[in-house]
Amino acid sequence: MTIVHRRKWINRLALLMSLVAMSFGIFCLAWILFDVLRLGIDGISLSLFTKMTPAPGDDGGLLNAIVGSFILCGLATLIGTPIGVLAGIYLAEYGQRGWLGGVTRFINDILLSAPSIVLGLFVYAVLVAKTGGFSGYAGVVALTLIVVPVVVRTTENMLLLVPNGMREAAFALGAPKYHVILSVTMRTARAGVLTGILLAVARIAGETAPLLFTALSNQFWSLDLGQPMANLPVTIFKFAMSPFSDWQKLAWAGVLLITLGVLLINIIARVAFKEERR
Amino acid sequence: MVSVEAILSDRHARHADEKQGQEETVLISARDFNFYYGSFHALKNINCDIYKSRITAFIGPSGCGKSTFLRCFNRMFELYPDQRAEGDLLFEGRNINGKDIDATTLRARVGMVFQKPTPFPMSIYENVAWGVSLHEKLRKGELDERVEWALKRAALWDEVKNILGQSGMSLSGGQQQRLCIARGIAVKPSVLLLDEPTSALDPISTAKIEELLNELKRDFTIVIVTHNMQQAARISDYTAYMYLGELIEFGQTDSIFIKPKNKATEDYITGRFG
Repeated sequence: MTIVHRRKWINRLALLMSLVAMSFGIFCLAWILFDVLRLGIDGISLSLFTKMTPAPGDDGGLLNAIVGSFILCGLATLIGTPIGVLAGIYLAEYGQRGWLGGVTRFINDILLSAPSIVLGLFVYAVLVAKTGGFSGYAGVVALTLIVVPVVVRTTENMLLLVPNGMREAAFALGAPKYHVILSVTMRTARAGVLTGILLAVARIAGETAPLLFTALSNQFWSLDLGQPMANLPVTIFKFAMSPFSDWQKLAWAGVLLITLGVLLINIIARVAFKEERR
Repeated sequence: MVSVEAILSDRHARHADEKQGQEETVLISARDFNFYYGSFHALKNINCDIYKSRITAFIGPSGCGKSTFLRCFNRMFELYPDQRAEGDLLFEGRNINGKDIDATTLRARVGMVFQKPTPFPMSIYENVAWGVSLHEKLRKGELDERVEWALKRAALWDEVKNILGQSGMSLSGGQQQRLCIARGIAVKPSVLLLDEPTSALDPISTAKIEELLNELKRDFTIVIVTHNMQQAARISDYTAYMYLGELIEFGQTDSIFIKPKNKATEDYITGRFG
């Protein structure tokens, strides 16, 4: 067998293995989506969006959990995004050398890979245990701690992708540094930074562990952030573990809602990024 | 290949009306100028004058320090902490590196165009207006006029006048480079620095830009770094040959190309080396 022949066969073998791995991944993903859809579609009805979480046996929906999730995730994103973007700008544009940037980057990487249950327990220890109660505020803090490192990392990476020639060209026109960053560098990296923020939202939308120790859950309608707050992940956790079939049905409906929501956010992120690339 | 003599005589025919020699005004002058990248001595005791309303070309093999020298004229090197300059670089008699000179003000007077076209991610109009609004507060109408003026001077107006709202990145490479020139001259600097502005372009775009530079030198003093010796011969009034961080020879382009005083210069321009 000539060397060319052998290379062709190695190429085919590698391609085959890649295809097998890809189909395995796709198959699992499709299976999950299919099951979520099959089991969740039953629970989708108008009352899901108009009624509160019920007592076992009663008729009800997930309104308080949906609204609670929106509030918790919305506030966490609102607080975490500016902190993350500003820190990312510091790391990429100012802290490339020097110890402060290095230390910040290291700590951020640890925070990024920390299990979310650790963050939940941390907020429980410093906030919930100290103030004497589960609250929406504690939930927001826990989710913010997840948002910040994700946004810091993506912002820094996206800014570093901006060619240095772009910065030099802006400086060469006599622009001060803050102006170069705001209107040229950040503008170039905008789509990427936005994608990072959306991915952070997608990440916290389904987080259960940090909320279990902080916002807990609430059977009733409440917009008071000082009180325990209903949210989809913990409600799903509670209902899915229960022996009541109507609760289990609502849990599956909640799973479907979150899955579709995350899917939608990812699609928006991709479309936004594509638009910008043209 | 066209001979240097042919290129020079062709240029003379085109610029017969231009006077050279006695009446030159010095705009920038380097006196015992040195430059370091960390501990590496990149420019060694450079002495030379850049004349007003003339095109000065810097030639030499890669790594000889010509781009480094160019980046001193607008203090571009300051962006990088381990780079430093020593000695005098006088612009209109004042030291460019003096504490009393603000880098942003200096860069408004000394514009720069880079090797790779770098349009900003904004519309063609905004690309040109961006630099202007950094230094001047113009009314909308005045800004429109300035943008049109700059695009006309950069010989790009006719191609883009109907698509000013389109992204600057949608233009071809040659158009992008002329956009960058328009962006540079819109600020109305006295000096325009060009760092191998045509090395990424095709011959037609190159010819357009060379023609353009010839037009622009009436209003702007132009300093160009080029790898292309024929380009230096075609467009420049003065040529400097650099090698290993030293300025080997500097003089009128004719004399550098026809009767170089230095053997090393002669070897380089005749292609025996480099």
